[in-house]
Amino acid sequence: MAHAAHHDDHAHHPTGVMRWITTTNNKDIGTLYLSFALLMFFIGGSMAMIIRAELFKPGLQFVDPQFFNSMTTLHALVMIFGAVMPAFVGLANWMIPMMIGAPDMALPRLNNWSFWLLPFAFTLLLSTLFMPGGAPAGGWTMYAPLVLQTGEAFPFLIFAVHIMGISSIMGAINIIATVFNMRAPGMTFMKLPLFVWTWIITAFLLIAAMPVLAGAVTMLLTDKFFGTSFFSAAGGGDPVMFQHIFWFFGHPEVYIMILPAFGIVSAIVPTFARKPLFGYASMVYATASIAFLSFIVWAHHMFTVGMPLAGELFFMYTTVLIAVPTGVKIFNWLATMWRGSMTFETPMLFALGFIVMFTIGGFSGLMLGVTPADFQYQDTYFVVAHFHYVLVTGAVFAIMGATYFWLPKWTGHMYDETLGKWHFWLSTIFVNVLFFPQHFLGLAGMPRRIPDYAVQFADWNMVSSIGGFCFGATQLLFLYVIVKCVRGGAKASDRVWEGAEGLEWILPSPPPYHSFVNPPLVK
Amino acid sequence: MSEQQRNTMRTVRRLLLVTALMFAFGFVVMPPMYNAFCAITGLSGKTGRETEAQAAAKGVDKGRWVTVEFVTSTSAGLPWDFAPLTRKVRVHPGEVTEVDFAVESHADQSTTGQAVPSLAPNTAARYFKKTECFCFQRQQLAAREHRVMPVRFVVDPDLPKDETTLTLSYTFFRVQDSTVARDAGPTAKQGS
Repeated sequence: MAHAAHHDDHAHHPTGVMRWITTTNNKDIGTLYLSFALLMFFIGGSMAMIIRAELFKPGLQFVDPQFFNSMTTLHALVMIFGAVMPAFVGLANWMIPMMIGAPDMALPRLNNWSFWLLPFAFTLLLSTLFMPGGAPAGGWTMYAPLVLQTGEAFPFLIFAVHIMGISSIMGAINIIATVFNMRAPGMTFMKLPLFVWTWIITAFLLIAAMPVLAGAVTMLLTDKFFGTSFFSAAGGGDPVMFQHIFWFFGHPEVYIMILPAFGIVSAIVPTFARKPLFGYASMVYATASIAFLSFIVWAHHMFTVGMPLAGELFFMYTTVLIAVPTGVKIFNWLATMWRGSMTFETPMLFALGFIVMFTIGGFSGLMLGVTPADFQYQDTYFVVAHFHYVLVTGAVFAIMGATYFWLPKWTGHMYDETLGKWHFWLSTIFVNVLFFPQHFLGLAGMPRRIPDYAVQFADWNMVSSIGGFCFGATQLLFLYVIVKCVRGGAKASDRVWEGAEGLEWILPSPPPYHSFVNPPLVK
Repeated sequence: MSEQQRNTMRTVRRLLLVTALMFAFGFVVMPPMYNAFCAITGLSGKTGRETEAQAAAKGVDKGRWVTVEFVTSTSAGLPWDFAPLTRKVRVHPGEVTEVDFAVESHADQSTTGQAVPSLAPNTAARYFKKTECFCFQRQQLAAREHRVMPVRFVVDPDLPKDETTLTLSYTFFRVQDSTVARDAGPTAKQGS
């Protein structure tokens, strides 16, 4: 689509659907990843609509509890592994080679394979909805022994997770290999755009964390089918060990989903503040510190399983310590904007929305990190509110901001600025109507992952559901803006944004199919 | 192959090695490491084992009393009644004490169960040692069999002074017919 104008010099390429199946071009694969992520965003979003419809009022209205539990489980798996992570990989594919002055990714065929594993993984996962016994319903965390009661869907769940993991690991290896070996002459590490830096660190987190998840789910598989008892108390195993291994993966995973967002905001804010990023080096070190700390905080997800006091204290202190490098980032963005010549185009609005609302999610995270308080909040809607603030108004808002920021570069057309702003403001209002009341519900004691609740929670649940439906509907506007921009619009200039800095902006919009065949000189 | 391709392949080989090592860490290293950690700290409530001679060597601390309570449960699928004959005993640390548990099967055929102990508070678990226990082996009951099973235990005199009440719980799990041939699991002995 974006490359129609360039097809004439690539007549040997297959056309139609075979072009997309056989492509090894980083831009094509980036488009595939982003389209796949958008599709999954709507599938996972539909599941969230079912959840909010059921919770609109107390009592059981639309779905039976088993199916409700499947919805919470699949909503999480689809959004994490299908929407947010592939969207970041898609952005990396499009932007990293251009940002470092490389013609393509280092391993183009591996790149093709990493993407095309994903549709198979999600076909496996979503096919479980039609199986006897239903889809997995034990929560995305797959805690043993509950998940071992899953019916025929169980091996499908495990293999889907395996395939998603393989895809992520290959994507990560590709990104590291690209940045380490294909930078343009003069592009030293400390000149890399922060989006590239945050992605390198994310890629290392993926390589370190995803194999641990693969190990954990393999143990589930052998416990279920091959008679081992890793997590079965009857055979001398320990179910709590699953939680330790899972969260040893799970907490780095949280940062896998937010570090690239930090990189995006660090690209958008300087552009629209028309000032260089404040504290570049401290941003790099802060990102690396967050990545390191993410490996020694995992048990804060399981403060209530019964740990010695020393363990509770250790994990509380390391958890709260993460606020320091995160605060460095927030203050650097604020300092970047300080006395800048700011304008408020849609990408900047999303970046500002990110900074404000991610900070709200960060603060509720601090509250959860305090062990004695966590004993009250554990498994309530307060946790749901917390991680949706960091993931929806954090990761997803950053991805939307990145889409508006780079869409003119990818397509060569400006998107509809008026509709973009409508999309931002409607999303921001309704996402807060959706998730802010969940703080109150959680503090009042409403447990998460339940299809029915006490009547005292009715009012805020209704408000939350209304916000949910409106937020969901608003995303159709996002889809419309993207499709409209891809199909046409005002011609975008090479630089697109007045304050844009970086190698990707010296290329034409849209960039040639193979950019930087001759590496640019970086001063 | 160009210089750049060689460098790329070297990067890829190293990263694949890291991937393999991290998988091994999760799959091979973490479970034994976790069990060892639990054995040292008593984190999982798993209790210890020693001989009567070892227990006698430490002497009896007549100066203090510890209350030991017993609770029992049976997992779903095992039609047994299982109860302690003594609900609680007061013992001196270092004193070997015997208590009895009764189990009765309601099944019409032979059934096999494995008892798994757990001690609360788990910070005290490593000071609770058994010299003899029905949980050391799996128990096979004939149809409708009734059996009284002893446990001989000793509370280590090193038990911290602020621990005055310990609760020992046993859960009987069914050993499935398909897994009878198998040993009770890689870590069962340690857990006994």
